[in-house]
Amino acid sequence: MNPAYSVIFFTTASGAGYGLLIWLGVAAVFFDMPAHRWFGFAAFAVALALITVGLLASTLHLGHPERAWRGLTQWRSSWLSREGVVAVLTFIPAGLAAIGWVLLTRNGGVWAWLGAAAAILAVVTVFCTAMIYQSLRAIPRWNTPWVAPVYLAFALASGALLFHFGVRAFGLGLAWSGWAAATLTAAAWAVKLIYWSRIDGAAARSTAESATGLGHLGKVRLFEAPHTGDNYLMREMGYKIARKHARRLRIIALILGGALPVVLAAGATQLPDLAAAFVAAIAVISAGAGLLVERWLFFAEAVHTISLYYGTDAA
Amino acid sequence: MTSLPLNPPKKKLGLVIDLDTCVGCHACAVNCKEWNTGGHSAPLTDLEPYGESPLGVWFNRVHTFEAGDGAEGRTVHFPKSCLHCDEPACVTVCPTGASYKREEDGIVLVNPDTCIGCKLCSWACPYGAREYDYIDGVMKKCTMCIDRIYNENLEEQDRVPVCVSTCPASARHFGDLGDPNSEVSQLVRERGGYDLMPEMGMQPVNKYLPPRPAKRGAGDTGAPASLPDHEPGPVEAAGSGFLAWVDRTLSR
Repeated sequence: MNPAYSVIFFTTASGAGYGLLIWLGVAAVFFDMPAHRWFGFAAFAVALALITVGLLASTLHLGHPERAWRGLTQWRSSWLSREGVVAVLTFIPAGLAAIGWVLLTRNGGVWAWLGAAAAILAVVTVFCTAMIYQSLRAIPRWNTPWVAPVYLAFALASGALLFHFGVRAFGLGLAWSGWAAATLTAAAWAVKLIYWSRIDGAAARSTAESATGLGHLGKVRLFEAPHTGDNYLMREMGYKIARKHARRLRIIALILGGALPVVLAAGATQLPDLAAAFVAAIAVISAGAGLLVERWLFFAEAVHTISLYYGTDAA
Repeated sequence: MTSLPLNPPKKKLGLVIDLDTCVGCHACAVNCKEWNTGGHSAPLTDLEPYGESPLGVWFNRVHTFEAGDGAEGRTVHFPKSCLHCDEPACVTVCPTGASYKREEDGIVLVNPDTCIGCKLCSWACPYGAREYDYIDGVMKKCTMCIDRIYNENLEEQDRVPVCVSTCPASARHFGDLGDPNSEVSQLVRERGGYDLMPEMGMQPVNKYLPPRPAKRGAGDTGAPASLPDHEPGPVEAAGSGFLAWVDRTLSR
């Protein structure tokens, strides 16, 4: 699949934003976190900005962005439509919780419940995003039950890293934030490694033989493509990445997105606030870069069955 | 509605494509482009049509495959267009309702006025039947020539998809595959017509007829299977005359 930058940016940015919303809700409901006004302002601003910019980026690849509202109508059948509906709904409790936290400096009682509602809707939104990909049978490497866990785990991990940075930057000293960020990042990469091992070990679901129905004659190979030039299908679905590059990029993603943030987030727990905030900021930047590589690979490594009609043996 | 029709279509208009007789001339693809660029989904736009790398919207493409090796190997021309599936993932993923399957005849269409050009339907289709129009910003696809098959301004014999009427080898057949007694359904039964990628679960309506078994040896025409051995011996000189005398003299 062609790794379109708009979709890569959308899924990573909005995933982190929703993750941060989730942790704001969790902190208010389960940890009686004091409603520090400027922390709340910064955290909700970053979360809502990441979500909004991500959603806007995802409309950039539409042929008719002005009709985007129509995408909210088919929630009965379409995961993309469901994602749109839940994403819009999430803004309501999230906005109200932000008002309570920032303007009234309150995050208990009804405000905590609004935060919890925003957190639950955030989880559902990320799940819907993942299901858009996971439900596509034509892309066997996405059509596995490990895609949704990967998206949820990375949203929780990147949100936790942002939350941890905010906590240390505002000197709120929640002892658990660094450990939570480190643990969740490690856990997310464990899920991702399972996903990679599953897609690498999976038997081909479709082949050039099943795509043409000519397998009874022997090995099927493309003799002549329909035309000498390119076409939309090959541009959008025919992207190929060399296995050698894929392996190196996986290592880069794992180090930048996983190893470094885990060490930095865990290590920063012992530091004074200012130094800890600095280290946490590096962890956020590193994780962001690693996640962009991870998401690029998610698309670039996915083989669409259309390639079987253009010279690929198996998908 | 993007959901599939509540009552699954009884009538299933579709194509039966004979891979045995297709000669790979691309006439179906070219005439499809010709008709449809002025038809229901007009225009089928091109980018750089006369440039370095032309690229354009085509509803029908002919691939050519080699299958098998040596004496058993075959070259098979393989036309492919929308299969108008019974379980079309391209329809159910559509977030706007622009993609739909018609209850009356099972044809899958796109409404160009509500399509937002998100391209998800082209990701969901395993067969590559969806064509994005970069200039119009909407998805387009094979319409089974709905502007021909119900067109009362055309002679009755012309009310078939243009790829069918143009095929010089009669390798394309059009009809109701929902009716077990239709000519196309009988053809599928007789020739072992099959689905492409049945493992994808899309239940395509269009069927493909496999190449017939290769012929080994000729039919019986009454001629012997092989000629008797005939070793040309030494030339026997005639018994008398001048040349015989020369032959005898030189052979000594």
